Amino acid sequence: MTELSAVEKIKAESRGLRGTLVDSLADPATGGLAESDTQLLRLHGSYQQDDRDIREQRRLQKLEPLWRFMVRLRLPGGVCTPAQWLAIDALARAHANGSLRLTTRQTFQLHGIAKGDLKPTLAALNAALVDTVATCGDVNRNVVASSNPVESPAHAEVAEWARRLSEHLLPRTRAYHEIWLDGEKLTGTPEVEPIYGNTYLPRKFKTAIAIPPSNDVDVFANDLGFIAIVEDGRLAGFNLTVGGGLGATHGDAATYPRLADVAGFLTPDRLLAVAEAVLTTQRDFGDRTNRKHARLKYTIADRGLAWFVAEVERRAECKLEPARPFAFTSNGDRFGWLRGFDGRWHRTLRIPAGRIVDRFDLPWLTGFREIAKVHTGDFRITPNQNAIIAGVDASARQAIDELISRFRLDATEHLSPLRRDALACVALPTCPLAMAEAERYLPQLLSRVEALLERHAISHVPLSLRITGCPNGCARPYLAEIGLIGKAAGRYNLHLGGDARGQRLAVLHRENLDEAAFLAELDGLLRAFASERADEERFGDFLWRTGRIRGPARA
Amino acid sequence: MLPLDPERAARLDTLIEDLDPATLLWISGYTAGLAAERARSGARSGFLAQSLVQPVAPHAPATRATPASPVTVIYGSQTGNGRRVAERLGRGLEASGLQATVVSAADYSPKQLAQERFVYLVASTHGDGDPPDDARALFEFLTSRRAPRLPSLAYAVLALGDSSYPRFCHTGRVLDERLAELGARRLFARVDCDVDLEPKAAPWIDQAVGAARGELGTEAPRLAIVTPLRPTAAPLASRDQPLEVELLANHRITARNADRDVRHVELAIPDERFDYEPGDAIGVFVENPIAAVERIVELTALDPASQVTVDGSTHSLRSWLTSRREIARIARPLVERLAERSGDRQLAGWLAPESATELRRAFSQLQVADLLRHFPAAWDPEALVRALHPLAPRLYSAASSRRQVGGEAHLTVAVIDYRHDGERRVGPASWQISIASPGARLRAFVEPNARFRVPTDGSRDIIMIGPGTGVAPFRGFVQQRVADGARGRNWLIYGGRHRERDFLYQAEWQETLKRRQLHRLDVAFSRDQADKVYVQHRIREHGRELFAWLEKGTSVYVCGDAERMAPDVHAALIEVIATHGARSAEDAADYLNGLAQVKRYARDVY
Repeated sequence: MTELSAVEKIKAESRGLRGTLVDSLADPATGGLAESDTQLLRLHGSYQQDDRDIREQRRLQKLEPLWRFMVRLRLPGGVCTPAQWLAIDALARAHANGSLRLTTRQTFQLHGIAKGDLKPTLAALNAALVDTVATCGDVNRNVVASSNPVESPAHAEVAEWARRLSEHLLPRTRAYHEIWLDGEKLTGTPEVEPIYGNTYLPRKFKTAIAIPPSNDVDVFANDLGFIAIVEDGRLAGFNLTVGGGLGATHGDAATYPRLADVAGFLTPDRLLAVAEAVLTTQRDFGDRTNRKHARLKYTIADRGLAWFVAEVERRAECKLEPARPFAFTSNGDRFGWLRGFDGRWHRTLRIPAGRIVDRFDLPWLTGFREIAKVHTGDFRITPNQNAIIAGVDASARQAIDELISRFRLDATEHLSPLRRDALACVALPTCPLAMAEAERYLPQLLSRVEALLERHAISHVPLSLRITGCPNGCARPYLAEIGLIGKAAGRYNLHLGGDARGQRLAVLHRENLDEAAFLAELDGLLRAFASERADEERFGDFLWRTGRIRGPARA
Repeated sequence: MLPLDPERAARLDTLIEDLDPATLLWISGYTAGLAAERARSGARSGFLAQSLVQPVAPHAPATRATPASPVTVIYGSQTGNGRRVAERLGRGLEASGLQATVVSAADYSPKQLAQERFVYLVASTHGDGDPPDDARALFEFLTSRRAPRLPSLAYAVLALGDSSYPRFCHTGRVLDERLAELGARRLFARVDCDVDLEPKAAPWIDQAVGAARGELGTEAPRLAIVTPLRPTAAPLASRDQPLEVELLANHRITARNADRDVRHVELAIPDERFDYEPGDAIGVFVENPIAAVERIVELTALDPASQVTVDGSTHSLRSWLTSRREIARIARPLVERLAERSGDRQLAGWLAPESATELRRAFSQLQVADLLRHFPAAWDPEALVRALHPLAPRLYSAASSRRQVGGEAHLTVAVIDYRHDGERRVGPASWQISIASPGARLRAFVEPNARFRVPTDGSRDIIMIGPGTGVAPFRGFVQQRVADGARGRNWLIYGGRHRERDFLYQAEWQETLKRRQLHRLDVAFSRDQADKVYVQHRIREHGRELFAWLEKGTSVYVCGDAERMAPDVHAALIEVIATHGARSAEDAADYLNGLAQVKRYARDVY
């Protein structure tokens, strides 16, 4: 048998994710953790990162990298109360870099936290009834769910299922309480993990629930997905999807993005049992020898969907029914005020790259804080890195609008469709995986592409562009109409042909292009699109229809 | 062909195995003297056991029965000045046909004084009135009630010090008075030397040689003077004969937002004339920056081209100020002359003995230009030159071991560059180094410090206490121990202000830890938390373990700031020994002095 990957050994010897984290946190000679503890820390919801802008400088200074920690919150369905928002905002200013990062998995990331501030941060979050358990690492991550909260009573029900699912799939170790919350120390043998076992999962595991017609969660990009089937205004059940995942490695053909398969239908009462069965099947059959081949998508691709479904049915002790019809129309967000079924209102605000920070002329961090002080509903983070001020009584709308306007949170109101829907991952300078810029480059990139659209008089046409600094796909570029995937500083692979509904993969069109080269390529294609476009046709669809791109991945 | 038969060769091997280079060199000097003596007298027996300076095996205090030579020169020296003067005196005595022994106070058993007839004492004062580490035991013995009567001893003292300290030349003064009190005969009055010691030291040496000849005549047999010989043919680059060395690298090693700019400097060393050991210092000659010289010229309104003759040399004023006189450091003579010339009462007040501390504090923060600016006075070029100390080379601990870096010497240089009342002030050497690019050449030399060496026995553990740039020699120590394959453990206690900004060589220490070349690292960063934490806090915190190490024969080294850190660390060590060794404070102090005596407690502080 091939040898287990190094991380497997670290997990197995961790005594329930404890490792030597307490010693590492106390070591005053370094701002970082022992290597093995950095792996375990992930399962507690944090990554050790460094400021890559000054990494080389510090190497010459014979100083260790400027270690900082990213903390990712667990926020099932992206639901956050105003009190929680205020607590998170205070931590961003006290311990992090003064900004909030809304992620494509409906949660907050705090960046730039020093080692010594990690424990106070997690303790303060806990006091605000938020935790970070299992938001990173080889476990079920934050569960995402279609974010538009109350289009029907079924939406509220789904949000509740997202919360229950997240709770159900949490690790049971008390390590989090011991290390971060001064809980009683373990004496004797570590507790048993009933679902995970002592080595957790072979790789990260992502779960989503979508409510058609919105596929804002990009359900097919998830290991485990549920498509809510609403019949006559009530939640009848879910179609199960399995085996999605976007990460790949440059130059390694054995790795690839994959859309999930629709496996069948189940009623809501089966949801937890089926989810657990999917997870434990992957736990037992996933590849633990090669982390690049360890996601559920490879397990299913290698063993076949029929085998997988049978195994899940056996474990869940139920049969899946045939999948029911569903239709998605978009994976984007709807902006502005929307009225819910119960008469309350929800306003979605566009947050480019999900970054909420006080800039000189755009004091957004303060703006959200002021809103949180008066808001009586809640906030929703969307999988498109935007924020919804949700559950506003009609009478309170005006007050909210005034705050939005005063703090210029409406500055994005009149953006082009391109700028409104674009996504970027964090990338440089904090993400250790980044090979190229993404978030920092996005505004400039969008200006360049907007210039092309203007030249061809198609600025009004919706166009989904997503950029990531590496092929792991955090901003889901493989589902965009234009996906740019970082390869090296200033160089990107150009993927084309997603369908803006999250049901068709873009294909690799050209490799390793610098900005001038991919803009020239896009210029030609957009010119053709402008002149040959069918009614309301989208760019991705156009490229396929006219044979300008071709590939194996058509849905 | 060896001149020894195999049996004798084996005996010699047994005898010299484990000896450190200094001892081996001493033996070569001793046997050379022995050879000369036998050639002269035909005597057969050695006289090591009953006479001459006993070579001090590391960790064993010296004892001896009778003086080896009619004149003994004992020196107590912190920076090497005292040693150099003592060695010059030794050469002077030898040149006039007098047998003399030159010995560090650290290698001299104080009880031996009762047997001496003729002793010259060169004693420096360290910090504010402290004896230098090597003379601590001698000082304490003589000032204690245990000191014997010394009716048959004749002596004279040369005291070295820095007049900016209140207790100027305190050690020499006390020893001089105490020897008289104990009944010894003072040959001639003590002389106190300031930082610029040459004007007074040279005449004292002449006087001492003259007095010895007068008292002892020159009929005494000539013997080798025990001074270190180097095995190499070429003499080591010295203060008097510096070498040009090339700068290979100059990297800032503190973060952008650190309070201080500290450089890691790599020099290419030309050949064996630069064979330094970890623990030695590298001296660097510099000139004062043009702007600083111009500022003095401007403030005094003197003609920089005017020719000035002082002590027999003639140069332009500009030349004196640029390359011959200190303008970055203020010395007492300048304050005295300035007080006379300006008639300023505040200045005169500062010169009163009770204001010495205040004056010294002012000195440390001011340069000559500041004083001239605040106290305008009429100067003539010669008076100005005479009021200033000679420009001294700057000494930096070697931060490397040749066994690891080959033909290089590394330095850790804190750059002095600040503003005072709107004017920029720089330290001439550190500033010059900070702007030097690879390829630049510096005049430099090796300043040996035989008291600051890794143990010759590699199985011994060491504890290194070196906050800030005080960590420099320990980088060399660890490199040396690794290259030697030393099996003893290395424990470093480091301190700074911010871990992320001024943890000097942090990445290297982490690497050596990982490789088990550094076995323990404790750090204290004063500004990383509400309470200021310094190395002495860590010493107390880990006192039990530290004492356990001491009991196992560990050597302790301290390097860095002399003003506050060294006394604080000293006090903390005594406290640890008292607490964990169940001793009174006095006994704990004796314990620590005992360690110093056997070279297991060594300090290089400045």
